[in-house]
Amino acid sequence: MKQRLLVLAPPIAAIVFALVVSAVVLAVSGADPFTAFGNVYEYGTRLNTLVETINWSTPLYLSAIAVAIGFRMNLFNIGVEGQYILAAFIAAQVGSQINLPPVLHVLTIIVVAMLVGAVWAGLSGYMKVTRGVHEVISTIMLNAIAVGGLVSYLLGIWDAPDDTSLDTALKAIPESGWFPDLNPLVGGGTRSDLWGFVLVAIVVGVAYHFLINRTRLGFDLRATGYNPSAAEVSGVDPKRTVVMAMVLSGLVAGLVGLPELLGNTHTYSLRFTQGLGFGGIAVALIGRNHAAGIAVGALLFGWLSRASGILEVRGDAPREIVAIIQGVIILSVVVAYSIAEKYKRVEDAKAAAAALGDVE
Amino acid sequence: MTEPAVLLEGVTKRFPGVIANDRVDLRVEQGEIHALCGENGAGKSTLMKILYGMQKADEGRMVVEGREVSFDSPTDAIAAGIGMVHQHFMLADNFTVLENVILGAEPVMRGVIDFGEAERHIAEVGREYGMETDPNELVEHLEVGERQRVEIIKVLFRGAKILILDEPTAVLVPQEVEELFRNMRELKSEGHTIIFIDHKLDEVLEIADTITVLRRGRTVATVKPADVTAHDLAELMVGADLPTPATSSSTVTDQVVLEVAALHVEGSETEVALHDIDLTVHAGEIVGIAGVEGNGQSELIETILGVRAPSAGTIVLGSDEITRWSVRSRREGGIGYIPEDRHRRGLLLASPVWENVMLGHQTKEPFVRNGWWIDPKAARRFSAGVVERFDVRTPSVDVPAHALSGGNQQKLIVGRELAAESMLLVAAHPTRGIDVGAQAAVWDELRSARKAGRGIILISADLEELIGLSDRLHVRLRGQLVADLDPAEVTPRDLGAYMTGAKEATR
Repeated sequence: MKQRLLVLAPPIAAIVFALVVSAVVLAVSGADPFTAFGNVYEYGTRLNTLVETINWSTPLYLSAIAVAIGFRMNLFNIGVEGQYILAAFIAAQVGSQINLPPVLHVLTIIVVAMLVGAVWAGLSGYMKVTRGVHEVISTIMLNAIAVGGLVSYLLGIWDAPDDTSLDTALKAIPESGWFPDLNPLVGGGTRSDLWGFVLVAIVVGVAYHFLINRTRLGFDLRATGYNPSAAEVSGVDPKRTVVMAMVLSGLVAGLVGLPELLGNTHTYSLRFTQGLGFGGIAVALIGRNHAAGIAVGALLFGWLSRASGILEVRGDAPREIVAIIQGVIILSVVVAYSIAEKYKRVEDAKAAAAALGDVE
Repeated sequence: MTEPAVLLEGVTKRFPGVIANDRVDLRVEQGEIHALCGENGAGKSTLMKILYGMQKADEGRMVVEGREVSFDSPTDAIAAGIGMVHQHFMLADNFTVLENVILGAEPVMRGVIDFGEAERHIAEVGREYGMETDPNELVEHLEVGERQRVEIIKVLFRGAKILILDEPTAVLVPQEVEELFRNMRELKSEGHTIIFIDHKLDEVLEIADTITVLRRGRTVATVKPADVTAHDLAELMVGADLPTPATSSSTVTDQVVLEVAALHVEGSETEVALHDIDLTVHAGEIVGIAGVEGNGQSELIETILGVRAPSAGTIVLGSDEITRWSVRSRREGGIGYIPEDRHRRGLLLASPVWENVMLGHQTKEPFVRNGWWIDPKAARRFSAGVVERFDVRTPSVDVPAHALSGGNQQKLIVGRELAAESMLLVAAHPTRGIDVGAQAAVWDELRSARKAGRGIILISADLEELIGLSDRLHVRLRGQLVADLDPAEVTPRDLGAYMTGAKEATR
């Protein structure tokens, strides 16, 4: 019971604290916090907003899982951003150039995206073990190369010639390469489609949980994360594990852009959503690298970003207030967890000593 | 009678679940050498940390030089004339002796460090107490004994009249201990008061004017060395007879478990090179490796384990040549390892006990099924067996390893390595930092592993442990084997002489 409380209390305290801070900010900026929160709640509980919440939580979730795989062994994959954008871009191009039967077409796009993500992340892992380049440095560089360099350059070259819009975009993926929606689940009457890719995210979450907690590889990853020298003498090859973790992280990162690509835009354009890689870092932190915790974090952040749209519409407050809420949540969650961690250590030692009646 | 230098009355300090000091009394007279004895966990270090202001007592009073004091930090203690030399030296390796000594107490002239003044002062301190050092030498080039001297000078430089030395002899070989004792007598004759922690009883009897014994956080006796024997002291410390490490009759077979031949390993700035190492371990044999720390023992272990790659030579485990094998293959092939630093290499502190029992054996049954899937149920059951058999005190196998006391953590590591029944066990300082009871338990386990036909490599800084347990002793100096000794015929003193190179033997 007490254990469970220690897990739940920090994030809840952090969210409450963030709400209080946001209320103060709203009040200072001249808005009535209660009206604003009321509007957000009302808009946020509409079916269409909930559908969009799920849609946008899906890529955040995948991104956070990708980050968490690295975090589990103290690797900071800051490069999910570049990995998923490059992956979505290449996969979109490949998907638009081929003609395959429906299921196969989608699978091909998914596999291509995962491979591109894995290669791009694997590069950082490779540089780390062969040249000692810190993964934070290399992933940031690779982000710039991928997003600012490769994608911008190639987009200009591959720009669809028959495109009449002002947007620069690739040729669209034919319908056989679309991921089916789940609209029947919500009655089908919503303005936005419920993207089917959420199912893939659930599978990835379960796979992640089992990989980390139930496989030898997962144990090796965790051991390396907790104590690299102990892991090494236990037989873990540190270099191989670093590359492995980066590749795994990249495989998942490759999926991040696909909910949008396969469920909505069906092409990569200048307007393709960016920033999900960084969002994933925050969500992984909040979820403490646990598959379920990350799901909660992703839904929370997804909901906040969707439901907050109403603030601007009603003129209550700029929607940037949400960025403040999110930022405060992240910071206070980190602080709250570290306090809880300290407390737990003391409690553990007490409990162990008490159970033994030991006075050492 | 004059005022005592230090008077502690009823000092109590509680930690979560543990009382470290329980109404401890201590009276240290002016200008005496006062030894503080007791087992690990008896509360000596905690008491000294309280006196030095690093921790605050929950109850009790402290009187220093006749004035009642209450320290919030070491700064207050230093101002009251108390200085402490820690067991683990707190020196910056890349600084010179001079820089280390003045660090944090720099003599300043017009905003600039006055190195000339500092150097003069250090030379003076050195002359006065017979502790000459080269102030411009980098600390990383100094031997352990010299580093300790720098620590003492550092404390004197800050004007300490009362010196606390925390296990000063633990890191020294016998010859260096004599040097230290000479320095201590010199300090005493200059009117300084010294409190030192030690649990080597012959040393205590040799140097101390008064001895206070702590047991389980309480003062059990204050005695004069003339009135007691080492045996009396030992009984006071443990409240029972001291266990000894002596092994019974030989169980050595002619079956070779490990054969290291002509092994060379490149060194580096921080690592000692190994030259031409030959080492054979038989089933049922404990081979002790003696040497002052930093003479290639760690490097040898790491090479046998596969963490470090040799530049030449071969290693054969059982019937397999493993020279090029990975760490994992070697561990699967039958090498068990008790690391010298349990926190750094032996445990995942935040993970539950059962995962720690898996560590190092995570590729084997019963921990994994089908070579890939972890079987938590079976792993827990196996771990519960280890906990039971090796008397690891823990409420369950699900508590994190950091909740266990140091001795129990060590028993957990020893237990897991012995339960794995590896052909070869590499035991580095298996009893370091654990109390007498746990120490005796570890010795028993090593003996029974030997009897069961394992080959064991034992590395230890405890010379009596080495001599008592080993069937054969190798002495290493600067990466080379300098002597092969028969433990039945060697005294700790001679062994120390070989370790420092004061004595040489023919191989």
